[in-house]
Amino acid sequence: MDFVVRRLAAAVPVLLGITLLSFLLIHLMPGDPAQMILFGSNSTPDQIAQLRQLLGLNDPLWRQYLDFLGQLLHGNLGTSYLTQNSVAHELLSRAPSTLVLTFSALAVAVIIGVPLGLVAGVRPNSLLDRLCRGFSFLGVAIPYFFLALVMVLFFSVKLQWVPAIDDGTLSSLIIPAVSLGWGYSAILTRLIRGSIIQEFRSDYVKAARAHGASEVRVLMRHALRNSSIPAITTIGLQFGNILTGAAITEVIFGRAGIGSFLATSITSKNIPVVQGAVVLIGGGYVVINLIIDLVVGAVDPRTRLATAAA
Amino acid sequence: MSASSMVALTGESGLPSPGGNPDGPQRTSAVRQQLSRVAVTVSVLLILAVLLTPGLLAHQDPIATGDDILIGPSRSHWLGTDQLGRDVFARTIYGARPVLVASICGVLVAAVAGVAIGVIGGSGPRWLRAVTMRFVDVLLALPVLLIALILISTVGSGVPSIVLAVGVAFTPGFARVVESSVRRLRSVEFVQAARVFGSTSTRTAVRHLLPNLATEVVVLVSSGVGWAVLTATTLSFLGLGVRLPAADWGSDLAAGASNLSTAWWLSTFPGIAITVTILLTNFLGDYVMTVLDPRHGRRRTPLRTILLPRQRAARKGA
Repeated sequence: MDFVVRRLAAAVPVLLGITLLSFLLIHLMPGDPAQMILFGSNSTPDQIAQLRQLLGLNDPLWRQYLDFLGQLLHGNLGTSYLTQNSVAHELLSRAPSTLVLTFSALAVAVIIGVPLGLVAGVRPNSLLDRLCRGFSFLGVAIPYFFLALVMVLFFSVKLQWVPAIDDGTLSSLIIPAVSLGWGYSAILTRLIRGSIIQEFRSDYVKAARAHGASEVRVLMRHALRNSSIPAITTIGLQFGNILTGAAITEVIFGRAGIGSFLATSITSKNIPVVQGAVVLIGGGYVVINLIIDLVVGAVDPRTRLATAAA
Repeated sequence: MSASSMVALTGESGLPSPGGNPDGPQRTSAVRQQLSRVAVTVSVLLILAVLLTPGLLAHQDPIATGDDILIGPSRSHWLGTDQLGRDVFARTIYGARPVLVASICGVLVAAVAGVAIGVIGGSGPRWLRAVTMRFVDVLLALPVLLIALILISTVGSGVPSIVLAVGVAFTPGFARVVESSVRRLRSVEFVQAARVFGSTSTRTAVRHLLPNLATEVVVLVSSGVGWAVLTATTLSFLGLGVRLPAADWGSDLAAGASNLSTAWWLSTFPGIAITVTILLTNFLGDYVMTVLDPRHGRRRTPLRTILLPRQRAARKGA
């Protein structure tokens, strides 16, 4: 219980920091927000001054930040410069598509990565292990946007198995998910292989074998269980990267989602949208890693002790 | 790059890294060592050649347009030509420079900033440590690419902007790793002894902490370059890094994507170039890590002599 409280307490300043950083974005970016909103509408200096007053831009900085936080707690992330729609609404309505891609890529990574890591880890330095290691070395080296194009060339253009552009069907999700998940499956393969080798040398595996447990049982019930913890932690740490990867993949395949929305917002300096995305992505990362830490802590008492000692 | 270095760059490694080096004694055999040394020499020479004298390798001007438009790989144009009749081989060779310069400089910027922040966050006054590391935690919660994207859209395109974007985006990862080592070092006897004998905190940091961080920073830098190449080419791929008509793998890859079905060579060769570069830098990074790993034999290499001051001192004393 102590562990849970401590872990929660550590997350709060980080969450506050993320909101502060995203709040400061509007002041770090060059250009006056009021002028950006009225851009192209032949506004008089009076109108700009009026809008500045309305937006609270003349208040002291701390006051503006508190207002921003207050709005945030009500689920209000401001309004888009371009469409004057609510940023929270615009982002959340696009979120499902991005999350579907993110989790499909994650599934691909686990489905390819875990079995390969197991096969390689059980017989280190065998031919199969060498192949798996070669795969993981190559897997992290191929950029996902290049892999995506190569897959489109082969499977959409040449073989015409799956559509290249998103048409809402499940088959149009295959290439984006596989090209994005591929690299992470290589990371998982390496990780699982390393920890299976380590676990196989440990005493409890020897004990299980001495008790007459079959190799399959030793692997699946004992070694894989312990290896899955660092794997889950790594997935958590990589979550933000997979999410941004999904965003880029969306841009490539013309999928509607947070990614393509964020990309156009960044280039058009639509700061409220960027602010909202920073809060959502950063906050999501913190919450997901918090959940993972709590789950791992509940499953494996050793990590709780390690945190207490630190 | 190994899983452990990935975790290192993304920040906190909550659990002991299980990667280790589980490859039995086979790795250290003499033949293998010779082989990997040859491979390292060849890759370093290759990288230097492409960086310093691209003109020696590619005889055509990468920007000069020609009449032969969208011709497949042939004898006169080894890798074909693009929409404007430019030679794809020349563009692929010349495209190495912006990518390599941007990613290597970016990682170096991150290393300098990360070490500075990490040392402050690990050995400064208590309040400063707390503030610094909370700030690092905040930045770590944001994906590297998101930070880089926001930065580069603010400062504009070009190689210096990529250096800045990659540098800032990679700094928190470096800082986090350095900070945890500094914290560990602070409890080691010789650092405590220095403090007891009245060494100021600045002197302790420069004289005792920094030399002992060197190995780790070199490993971080060498394993970070591959990531930086990916980040830099992604920025260019999105049209935010190096702009056309300058030759660059990321932007050439993106430009070729529109002709994917008719001219496969436009995107394929820059893509292969990126892949080979990341493979090579990862290989070099792994090599550096193995050489510097104290568990791997007692071989004397120049790198080790420079970077392991304690061993050097021990040898002098012996």
